[in-house]
Amino acid sequence: MSPKTLYDKIWDAHVAHEAEDGTCLLYIDRHLVHEVTSPQAFEGLRMAGRKVRAPEKTIAVPDHNVPTTLDRANAETMTEDSRIQVEALDKNAKDFGIHYYPVSDVRQGIVHIVGPEQGWTLPGMTVVCGDSHTATHGAFGALAHGIGTSEVEHVLATQTLIQKKSKNMKVEITGHLRPGVTAKDITMSVIGATGTAGGTGYVIEYCGTAIEDLSMEGRMTVCNMAIEGGARAGLIAPDAKTFAYCKGRPHAPKGAEWEAAQAWWETLYSDDDAHWDKVVTLKGEDIAPSVTWGTSPEDVLPIDAVVPEPSSFEGGKVGAAQRSIDYMGLKPGQKLTDIEIDTVFIGSCTNGRIEDLRAAAEVLKGKKIAVKRAMVVPGSGLVRAQAEEEGLADIFKEAGFEWRMAGCSMCLAMNPDQLAEGERCASTSNRNFEGRQGYKGRTHLVSPGMAAAAAITGRLTDVRDLMA
Amino acid sequence: MEKFDTLSGIAAPMPLVNIDTDMIIPKVFLKTIKRSGLGVNLFDEMRYDRQGNEIADFVLNQPAYRDASILVAGDNFGCGSSREHAPWAIADFGIRCVISTSFADIFYNNCFKNGILPIVLPEDQRDALMKDAEKGANARIEVDLEAQTVTSSDGEVFTFDLDPFKKHCLMNGLDDIGLTMEKAASIDTFESQVSAERPWV
Repeated sequence: MSPKTLYDKIWDAHVAHEAEDGTCLLYIDRHLVHEVTSPQAFEGLRMAGRKVRAPEKTIAVPDHNVPTTLDRANAETMTEDSRIQVEALDKNAKDFGIHYYPVSDVRQGIVHIVGPEQGWTLPGMTVVCGDSHTATHGAFGALAHGIGTSEVEHVLATQTLIQKKSKNMKVEITGHLRPGVTAKDITMSVIGATGTAGGTGYVIEYCGTAIEDLSMEGRMTVCNMAIEGGARAGLIAPDAKTFAYCKGRPHAPKGAEWEAAQAWWETLYSDDDAHWDKVVTLKGEDIAPSVTWGTSPEDVLPIDAVVPEPSSFEGGKVGAAQRSIDYMGLKPGQKLTDIEIDTVFIGSCTNGRIEDLRAAAEVLKGKKIAVKRAMVVPGSGLVRAQAEEEGLADIFKEAGFEWRMAGCSMCLAMNPDQLAEGERCASTSNRNFEGRQGYKGRTHLVSPGMAAAAAITGRLTDVRDLMA
Repeated sequence: MEKFDTLSGIAAPMPLVNIDTDMIIPKVFLKTIKRSGLGVNLFDEMRYDRQGNEIADFVLNQPAYRDASILVAGDNFGCGSSREHAPWAIADFGIRCVISTSFADIFYNNCFKNGILPIVLPEDQRDALMKDAEKGANARIEVDLEAQTVTSSDGEVFTFDLDPFKKHCLMNGLDDIGLTMEKAASIDTFESQVSAERPWV
């Protein structure tokens, strides 16, 4: 048998039909649904008189729109159009008989945090959602990617997607990370090296000792931003850490079924002599705490760098860099550590898990914030509860952070958590696009520890300077 | 879905690289439960000021480009969020074809579900069409899907590659779900086979 990559193996295990031209029907094991990209899909089903083919494999949770204030049980805290979308999801979940975690459920949270937490996401699965950050689930060795609303409807109706296979790309992080450097810095550094279109047409497998060193939370952070590098999906081969994370989760298999599942999962790795269409290698030791200066995730630099000169770029990027610098209100040559911050956001499907909150709290312990506003939005109600139990919530509150309920929040600012015009935020989210966190708001993407450091000093700061 | 065969129209130049779907349709317009009516908000934050007045120098506000049906764009068009509201807004505005050197994967797929043809051309050819588009309303670009060609206003012809299945669906305005449902027997067989092999799924 010819050698295969991990992607090849998962793909081959899910082809329900292949046409002569190579167009496949790929079977979908888990379909995650949220309120923003699904209403038109359910409406399409109704109009055509179609059912959800596999409601038992379909899981819905509202996350993008929901308020994160403590009083959110009161529906009046939501704007009318947000409320209509959430209510539409309530109704669609009920009418079509799919699994549902409403806002009132402690398990509610960001769809990409809830899926793994509840054991819906397992190695070797195909996972899709009408959300580009579905790439997150690749951390389990699941083939996971975002889809548009028409494809959401297609999966609801047929439990398949019409697909052609992508190319294989290996991203190897050798060696080990230095102290203060995290999964977020890995994933941003990879995008810095390959560009936001570097992964277009590929599925990335992240590997190497520095990836193996990461916890499942860290691996989810790495895969989450595969999409920011343009890749269809990011993958990490499952190992003992993966199995330990999954075991005992509510929807993970049990008993003999678990044994059978693990036996199969252990075959899910890229063969030694598998073919790669592209290989990128970074040394773990070379990765520094990183920060974005512009309005594309590829605009990333180590924290000790300076804002670049637009003329140092080539082609269309010269104009784009100038536009970014103008939008961000920066000057070429300015030290990144001289950039003053007024807002800090810790949360999102990139960095809203328990390990992220621990990392931020570690830096914040006994300190006070020096910014106008700082908020922590846990990725799920269960992350929130665990952080309270571990005393992290008290550290955040004593430092001056707002301690919020779970949701997507200021990552995309569809709910009231937004930057005002000109405000500048150190954010643990995934996109620094123009207007992403609010009209004319300015975003610097960082790791949770770096966000906490910026909160304490009021400017972008090397977290290593605050580490004992 | 509307069929696509040929298109002759005004092309608007947008040379900016990495035009993301947040730019194409900002999140405030995602709170709709419909697919229609988004064209007025296409590129909203670039197109209007906070009072809702048009920003005169934005390309689609210029008299020459108000009726554009083609967009010639910088590299990596449509990156970011999976929101299909982006192609919905583009189609609702009246744009049926976007030409660039590369497109983000999800956006690219979403276009075909909405009667929009995204065309990938090498940089020099895209740049030639960008210059053509910059001439304004007198420069009409022609697209022929069957022949897989783009013809500039000077008569220069560029050919482009396209997946044959995507082309077939776009030319005939086919509904993907209907096509897949014809293969329901294959899906049934696969499902029963997998539920035996991997019962935990």
